[in-house]
Amino acid sequence: MTEAGSGAATAAGASRHAGRVDPLVVLGLADDALVYAQRLGEWLTRAPEIEEDMALGNIGLDLLGQARGLLTRVGELDGTGRDEDALAFWRDEREFRNVQLVERPRGDFAHEMARLLWFSAHRLERLRQEQQSPDEVVAGVAGKAVKEVAYHRDHATQWVLRLGDGTEESRARMQQALVDVAPYLPELTEDDPVGAPVAREYVEAVLAEAGLGAPPEPRWHARGGRTGIHSEAMGFLLAEMQHLHRTHPGASW
Amino acid sequence: MSGTGEWPLFEVFVRGKRGLSHTHVGSLHAPDATMALRNARDLYTRRQEGVSIWVVPSGVITASSPEERDSFFDPAGDKVYRHPTFYEVPEDVEYL
Repeated sequence: MTEAGSGAATAAGASRHAGRVDPLVVLGLADDALVYAQRLGEWLTRAPEIEEDMALGNIGLDLLGQARGLLTRVGELDGTGRDEDALAFWRDEREFRNVQLVERPRGDFAHEMARLLWFSAHRLERLRQEQQSPDEVVAGVAGKAVKEVAYHRDHATQWVLRLGDGTEESRARMQQALVDVAPYLPELTEDDPVGAPVAREYVEAVLAEAGLGAPPEPRWHARGGRTGIHSEAMGFLLAEMQHLHRTHPGASW
Repeated sequence: MSGTGEWPLFEVFVRGKRGLSHTHVGSLHAPDATMALRNARDLYTRRQEGVSIWVVPSGVITASSPEERDSFFDPAGDKVYRHPTFYEVPEDVEYL
C-alpha cells in the first residue's frame, strides 16, 4: 500500500483554486463525507422513530455517494491509481484527512442534530465554492452534492428549532449538545475562511429562532484532523468500517 | 409532540408528474406537518416518484364506512345512461 499524504502536507484549502487541485484537499472533502456516513449509519434502528431512521440513513447515503466520487478522483489525481475501495478500506488512521467533528462517537439525538447542523452548514459553503473547482470531476460532484447537503442542513434546522423550542428537557439537552460540539468548530472554520462566516451566520440565526444561546467560546479546540491526527474514537470507527473488507479482500455482492 | 410519546399519523399524496393528480401512496408518523412533508420525501420519493407532495393529518379525513357501502354505491349500478356509451364519435375528432 502506498503512503497517502506523507511528506509535504499542504494546509487544507490553501491551493484550492490555484490552478491544479491538491489531492489532499479533495481527500479531506471525501473523508469528511465517508466518516460521517459511517457515524450516521449507526442511527439505523436507534433513532426515535422509524421515519427518522430513514432520514438519517438517507443523509448518510448521500454523503457516501459524495465520498465515492471524490475518493475515486483522489486516486487518479495523486497518481497512485488506488480505487475508492483501496482508499476507504486500506488506509490507516493517520492517512485519513477528516475533521474530528465527524468521528466523534454518536451522542444523543440532540448531539447528532447539533453536529449535523454545523457540519452541513459548513459543507454547503465549501461545496458551493468547489462548483468552480478547476477539476471537472470535483466540480461535478460538488454541483450534485450542493442540493443534497442543502437538504441535510434543512433537516437539522427543523430539529434544532423543535428541540430548542420544545420541552424543558429537550431545550436543555439541545443547549448541552451545542456546548459539547463547540470545540470541534474551529477545524471547520480554519478549513474554509471564505465560507465559514456565512455558515456561522446561518447557524446562529437558527439558534436565535430556536431560543437557544449562541455556542460559548470553548476552552479547548480539536485540531489536526486535516493532517491525519485523530481522536481515540477514530480507531474504533475504522476497525468497524474496514474489518470486513480486510478480512475478505475483493469480496463483492 | 403529543404527551403519549406517539407521533400523529399523516396520509401522504404524491403527484407523479405535472398534469396528473395527487395519488394516495401511504401514511407515516411525524411530530407535525412540516416534518411529515420531509419524512414523506424520504419515504415515498426515493426513486424520483414525484414532483409534488401533500400530507394530510389522518384524523381530519372523513371516510365512508363499509356498512354504508350498499346505499352509497349500489344505486349507480343500473344507470347505464350515465356512461357515455350512446354517442357516435365523429371520425375527424381526434382527441376524444
